[in-house]
Amino acid sequence: MVKKIEHLEMVGITKRFPGVLSNNNVNIQIKTGEVLAILGENGAGKTTLMNILYGLYKPDAGKILLNGKQVSINSPKEAIALGIGMVHQHFMLVPTLTVCENVILGLSKSFIVDIKTATQRIREITDTYGLAINPDAYVWQLSVGEQQRVEIIKALYRGANLLILDEPTAVLTPQESKELIQLLRNMSAQGNSIIIISHKLHEVMSLSDRVTVLRDGEVCADVCTRETSQDALAQLMVGREMAPCQREGTFSPGKAVLELQEVYSQGDKGTEALTGVSLTIREGEILGIAGVSGNGQKELAEVIAGLRKLSKGKISLNGKESTKMSPANIIEQGLGYIPEDRLRVGTIPSFSIWENLILKDHHQRPFAKHLLLQNRVIMSHSSSLVEKYGIKTPTLETPTSSLSGGNIQRVILAREITRSPVALVAAYPTRGLDIGATEYLHSKLLEARSNGIGVLLISEDLEELMSLCDNIAVLYEGRVMKVIPVEEANERVLGLLMAGIAEQAS
Amino acid sequence: MERHSYKLEKRLTPSPVMVFIIPIISVLLALILGGIFLSMTGREPLAVYTIMFTDSLGSKYGLTETIVKAIPLALTALGVSLAFKMKLWNIGAEGQFYMGAMGASWLPLTFPTLPVYVMIPGMVVLGMTAGGLWALLTAIPRAIWKVNEIITTLMLNYIAILWVDYLVFGPWRDPLGSNFPITAAFSDAARLPGLGDSRIHSGLFFALAIAVILAIVFKYSRWGYSINVIGSSERAASYAGMNIKRNILLVMFLSGAISGLAGMAEVSGIIGKLQHGISPGYGYTAIIVAWLSKLNPLAILIVSVLFGALQVGGYAAQIEGVPAAVATMLQGMILFFVLGGEIFTNYRVRRVSRKGEESK
Ligand SMILES: Nc1ncnc2c1ncn2[C@@H]1O[C@H](COP(=O)(O)OP(=O)(O)OP(=O)(O)O)[C@@H](O)[C@H]1O
Ligand SMILES: [Mg+2]
Repeated sequence: MVKKIEHLEMVGITKRFPGVLSNNNVNIQIKTGEVLAILGENGAGKTTLMNILYGLYKPDAGKILLNGKQVSINSPKEAIALGIGMVHQHFMLVPTLTVCENVILGLSKSFIVDIKTATQRIREITDTYGLAINPDAYVWQLSVGEQQRVEIIKALYRGANLLILDEPTAVLTPQESKELIQLLRNMSAQGNSIIIISHKLHEVMSLSDRVTVLRDGEVCADVCTRETSQDALAQLMVGREMAPCQREGTFSPGKAVLELQEVYSQGDKGTEALTGVSLTIREGEILGIAGVSGNGQKELAEVIAGLRKLSKGKISLNGKESTKMSPANIIEQGLGYIPEDRLRVGTIPSFSIWENLILKDHHQRPFAKHLLLQNRVIMSHSSSLVEKYGIKTPTLETPTSSLSGGNIQRVILAREITRSPVALVAAYPTRGLDIGATEYLHSKLLEARSNGIGVLLISEDLEELMSLCDNIAVLYEGRVMKVIPVEEANERVLGLLMAGIAEQAS
Repeated sequence: MERHSYKLEKRLTPSPVMVFIIPIISVLLALILGGIFLSMTGREPLAVYTIMFTDSLGSKYGLTETIVKAIPLALTALGVSLAFKMKLWNIGAEGQFYMGAMGASWLPLTFPTLPVYVMIPGMVVLGMTAGGLWALLTAIPRAIWKVNEIITTLMLNYIAILWVDYLVFGPWRDPLGSNFPITAAFSDAARLPGLGDSRIHSGLFFALAIAVILAIVFKYSRWGYSINVIGSSERAASYAGMNIKRNILLVMFLSGAISGLAGMAEVSGIIGKLQHGISPGYGYTAIIVAWLSKLNPLAILIVSVLFGALQVGGYAAQIEGVPAAVATMLQGMILFFVLGGEIFTNYRVRRVSRKGEESK
């Protein structure tokens, strides 16, 4: 049995990557039953620090004290043996196996796997913490939130009593986030320790006991949650005061730049994902798409970008019908697209920053002349984007995979916004961004709007939608429930529509 | 007593030193292992190696033969490397080589009197087209239905080889010759000129030119960039508006065309006619060469010479009563060690004591 972690301390942790000092003399500590939140801007070194604790990286200096004794953690296996579990932002489950099989994967020493006792133990764990999940379900059938629960069960099954979660709510629906937070509360009440990384300050405020703030790899504050406030934390992180963006000026939309008429399309599992969606986005308008993700958002973005076939309906872009256009033509017609999946669609992780910045324009002037790439132009363009968008990277040649999550997102934003599109589809663009970057993105979207770009903003954050959008459409089971002007929108109305209830929402 | 265990830690960037040293160590290890094998069969490994390498590299004649073998190896390896760059696993270079040889042979066999300035360019075009179309046969189902190209390219090898056999045993057999499965000899106009009076032919320049072109394409061209994107992530490529299908067709065609050119150079530069068994497996060895060279066109040129030498050495060993398969065995072992050794370019070994304290 794993020993209980009464007290864990990381002392003087320093970690250097080529060209970056990712952690510099960092100290953190946590006690049994405590929830510690780690805050910091994109690239501040949060993930690095946790990877060190989980044995994925070796620190250049510093030590880890467990119950007062120094330990050295050289691999996740050793971390698990000490009772430390981690849920990464990108899950590591095998979709074709069941929940139970995924949980015991890699554990059994003997050849024969005792599924029955394993199922039994999983049931015990799920009962203890109120984790609703069926051990016999296949992972591919599960929603993102459920998959995350499987990751948590995996850690608990291995005896973890210190759980690390790296931006666990970034990919969850608001409802799922609430459930997760409740679950984490339960777990800490039962004597488990939790370290959580998050950019969402209200979650940090409601869940954590203590907050450690990192800035540029150094601890800049370590405070009790009770003694601080959301604004104070924001200021500590960014080092200045934040002013939330607001829409300005009157709403005076121009001609339609993107129009969908009765669009039908199938999802990946072969069922209808969009059933008769009609929308119009005009010059200088931000149209929000609200809704619980999984109600057709992904498919909506993909049909517009030409990456998914429509089974019925018509789309026109910039005055031309684009229903049957290739993705290349659609890009040429002026569509910008910030996709949801930044690692598999939006960027190529093994490529350098500059290579990712020219992904859509590599074939045209000024980046290519005749048949050859114009490296000098590309480099100066890239370095100006890196500077303008505050992408934290040692060099332009750095592979994108070694950037922090938020900085990868910035690479995509930089590329898509500077292409000055006619219409811009942004799917969950602020996921994983720190509050400073979120504010910056918001200002960029508003700037795009005042430059006459039509923006389709898909988001689950109602506050974000209500502060940026001119109109909000609610998507439910592949249909637009209603399009309402932002003046008439409030959380209650949107919430009802998102649940598929139209009558009372007027 | 402290007990130690070893642990692999991923390097952030591949070690440049290792990239260079691993192939050298691999060759040495392959030679040692091959030597053990040889001595187990009752031969003197050193003597065999001495013969192999003095014959292939130690004399003007040996060097010439090594280069002669390196030309088709380099060309076919360049061909497959182009497809590999896009993660299209074209292992059909052998068949494309045969079809290229056939396409090129058709011209001098049908119009033996054409002048040289029509004949050679004509043969180049026909050879490349035939090899390219042969590869295209697998690219079309791959592009449209995602049919696995490993299987189809491999299968087409056998068809191509047997097809050429059919021709030289049947319709194309030299009526004036005896019963050998060979066509009539090409006219002089259909022979690639040699370097001086050696057997090294101007196919060498084909290989050099294509290596340089591919090096530029991979590193500096916008098309090379697209190939890289498609090879790395098809989803990102279609997001960026790249035409994946068209590129699959184009890359496969060109990959086959380069191997077809190798076949043309072989019949026109060396053999002077079409016959049974024109390749001792160049198209397969090419896969190893391309892989060992990490798809770097200029490295392919060097590795081809090494493998050409192995082949020539193998023949020399045969004369001494050792099967020529020794060369093939060594090739396989080199590949084995290089692939195994790759772990050291990407990982570093650390010694950790039981208590977990690190020691350097
Ligand atoms: N494997 C790596 N190789 C090179 N540099 C790295 C690597 N991992 C992280 N870095 C660098 O270390 C710094 C800190 O990264 P880290 O991922 O810890 O940030 P983070 O605080 O988690 O940010 P985010 O909120 O964006 O996820 C970044 O500048 C990043 O580029
Ligand atoms: Mg991170």
